[in-house]
Amino acid sequence: MNEIKPTKSIGVPTPLVDGPEKVSGKAQYSADFMPSDYLVGRIFRSPVSHAEIINVDISAAQALPGVKAVITGDETDETFGILPVARFEYPLARDKVRYKGEPVACVAAVDVETAQKAVDLIKFKYKELPAYFTSQEAMAEGAVNIHDHRECNIEREVDYDLGEVDEGFEAADLVMEETFNCAEVAQSQMEPHAAIAEYDPTRDFMTIHASTQVPYYGHLMLAKVLKMEESQIRMIKPFVGGGFGCRTECLNVELICALVARAAGGTVRIVISREETFITHRGRPETDVEMKIGLTKDGVITAVDFKVIQRGGAFSGYGIVTILYAGGMVFGLYDLPAVRYKGLRVLTNTPPCGAMRGHGVTNVRYAFESLLEKMANKLSIDPIEIRRRNLLLGPKYETLNEMFINSYGLPECLDWVEKASNWKKRKGKMGSYKGIGIACGHYPSGASKPVNWSGEPHATVHLKLDWDGSITLLTGAPEIGQGSTTMATQCAAEVLGLDISRFQSLTSDSKFTPKDNGSYSSRVTYMVGNASIDAAINLKNILIDAAAKKLEAKPENIECLGEVYRAGTQDEGLTFNEVVKAALEGTGTITVKGNFDTLPESWGTKKYRGGAISGSMAYAYAAQVVEVSIDPDTFEITVDKVWAAQDVGKALNPLSVEGQIEGSVWMGMGQAISESTQFVNGLGITNSMLDYKVPTIIESPSIKVGIIESVDPHGPFGAKEAGETSLVCFIPALTNAIYDALGVRPLDLPVTPDRLMELVENSTTNKEAAE
Amino acid sequence: MSEKRNKTLLHCTVNGKERDDVVKDNMLVADYLREVVGITGTKIGCDGGECGCCTVLIDGVPQHACLRLTATCQDVEIETIEALAEQNRLSALQRGFHEKLGTQCGFCTPGMIMAAEGLLRENPSPSEDEIRQGLAANLCRCTGYIKIIEAVQFAIDELGSKGKAA
Repeated sequence: MNEIKPTKSIGVPTPLVDGPEKVSGKAQYSADFMPSDYLVGRIFRSPVSHAEIINVDISAAQALPGVKAVITGDETDETFGILPVARFEYPLARDKVRYKGEPVACVAAVDVETAQKAVDLIKFKYKELPAYFTSQEAMAEGAVNIHDHRECNIEREVDYDLGEVDEGFEAADLVMEETFNCAEVAQSQMEPHAAIAEYDPTRDFMTIHASTQVPYYGHLMLAKVLKMEESQIRMIKPFVGGGFGCRTECLNVELICALVARAAGGTVRIVISREETFITHRGRPETDVEMKIGLTKDGVITAVDFKVIQRGGAFSGYGIVTILYAGGMVFGLYDLPAVRYKGLRVLTNTPPCGAMRGHGVTNVRYAFESLLEKMANKLSIDPIEIRRRNLLLGPKYETLNEMFINSYGLPECLDWVEKASNWKKRKGKMGSYKGIGIACGHYPSGASKPVNWSGEPHATVHLKLDWDGSITLLTGAPEIGQGSTTMATQCAAEVLGLDISRFQSLTSDSKFTPKDNGSYSSRVTYMVGNASIDAAINLKNILIDAAAKKLEAKPENIECLGEVYRAGTQDEGLTFNEVVKAALEGTGTITVKGNFDTLPESWGTKKYRGGAISGSMAYAYAAQVVEVSIDPDTFEITVDKVWAAQDVGKALNPLSVEGQIEGSVWMGMGQAISESTQFVNGLGITNSMLDYKVPTIIESPSIKVGIIESVDPHGPFGAKEAGETSLVCFIPALTNAIYDALGVRPLDLPVTPDRLMELVENSTTNKEAAE
Repeated sequence: MSEKRNKTLLHCTVNGKERDDVVKDNMLVADYLREVVGITGTKIGCDGGECGCCTVLIDGVPQHACLRLTATCQDVEIETIEALAEQNRLSALQRGFHEKLGTQCGFCTPGMIMAAEGLLRENPSPSEDEIRQGLAANLCRCTGYIKIIEAVQFAIDELGSKGKAA
């Protein structure tokens, strides 16, 4: 008989299972749902940055023909927020407004013109309060508290002191410190936020479609602010046009939409503008980093002391987690014997920041890698060599903050970029105005402790097998373009030895799919992938039992070859469809489930408050070399080429892994050279895609991707994070390359041509003065 | 209710079908396609002319559908992403974007593909630089553009070899 083999899915470059819908225009995003009877929702936003609300007069707006509902902060006195310890935000402001553009009221009307006219008729009376737009202003003595319960406008202060830090600096041959400033940046995802809420008054039932990465958290918050039973709400996440963390917490958009739909007793669609999307924000906070490192003369790190201040905006959002990640994730990349950290998360009268791709890690890593490079130059040690001298001694390895590290491909990443970029021949020899630089980074594969601790597993996947021989994968994991549905399908297909064409999928609809915490902190591949494997194993066992019964053999003697189950090589066996028929006899349609839970060893440290943040089942590692040219007249920066090696554990879908790495390198480039959200007296002045400058196709470089597979012992087929780590590396690799090209080191981001020109001019003046 | 607005009786062709619609004079082509014609493949990603998500072909030329008033489209031919698949098969460009992962979240994809379609009709074998120039008005936030360029090159190869075979 012919050799029969199970179909391979893992490691095979696989186009996304939902790709055909996207390229044909059939994919429906939240704004594409337009039932015939929908009302248009428009939000009235605060014109001031900080004020007591005296009165919101909506009478004229309500009286306008065609207006079906107008709501204000009176609609709900329930707050929302991602972290149970920091839920202080109202969907519509009550008592106070705290940033320019904060939602104050919402209108639902028959058409957009009427809705806008009604918004214009709302009279907002307020008493202005002092407003603070920088961390320093907000923390200054005498500043009024933006929130009564947060003294001195500090959302959270984090301190730790691990190992013998002072002794470490004393033992060092070289100690240097430097201060860095990283501008606030935004996700600027392509799809503006949108929601459509359908309220059925006869059943008191709410159905909502929303552009979110976290439909479960959204569902929780909807129930809270609407004061409805969770079972009276159906939350659906349709196609989503990009995440990067902008939708990693429930946003006011979906809450306001549901509130106004209930008030109007019908269906309301809110599609906010690009400007409003920037105001909704949740980007990476402006961050000041003071970094101090001690090295022996051989370049071995003896101690680190650093301080981080984040300008968090008017509400906490993920802020407490961000300032904890900034501290905790300094560990785990290199062997650090002693570290002291102080972090301050500050409240200001600017739009709230959130958990942007590379959450909490990016700006600290930029500072660390820049300073390490500067010190390597001082000690005349090659930048790659100094990193090699500080590698972890594992795996298996446990950091001072008790990270659980079982796979560590950083050495191989360094080898790869060194060879691919021809580093040894080119470093320092690129000629004038050209340079290359290197940096490393790492990132967790999901937080091991979830935001809402419920005692449930971290991930649950259902597989439904029916009479037609098709398998439907049901997962709450939000597909946001990162390829999670394809990944989960590949995992199940691999276990069952079937082609992925046998699978269909249904994702993120609370009526049908099992709960999932959402697409954030790079948790999905690790957790949902493992749950999918578990479900497929359970299904395979049922099929093997059915085949054994039919073939009158013992289950342990049944060989599963995907499309054929047989009792020995001489046995003709049963086709998959025959096995399915046998399995369904007497029981009907089969639905199995699979779970994944994290191990307690990965839950982080108890050595300081908040030490659970940074705890993960695995960490991805990356090294990157960036080649750059600087225009000698304009100081415009051109990134010529990038070599990006990332240890992803195992590339389940190499096509998708490449896409993730390319995309994150590129997003790091935007933050490095052009992106920043800017405010004048609290008014956003970069709230369009022309003013907020993301790189276009013209200036985007060629990126060579090196996939390193360290095969994590607990990851799904060994896989780890793939979509954030490489962003973290780009920024310091670029500034290190700029130093190689010009002999000046940028400290503040973004490195715009005018800033670079000023740096060079100052350094020339200083040299002349010294001479 | 809003006061009566001036309206125009519009005759045009959308994806090969002739249409007669009464449209408000302030209606943009992007809204006309999505709300009047009822095809939502054309996306709106910004507040006007910034992102390129709504790119369609008007008389064969790529244009931002959010910057053109519908009432000015008398007797023109509009083509959108929905028109590209031929005889139930994805076009070469669509296959390229799917197979080469030129699409991740997919929101920029319809506009990106229509811009590329316009480019390839004008220039069937553009160089990489010409592809970059042709797509410079379209932003993507997922891919870093590398796989978008590869997707267009895939289509060029497919169309080129088909041309040779014929």
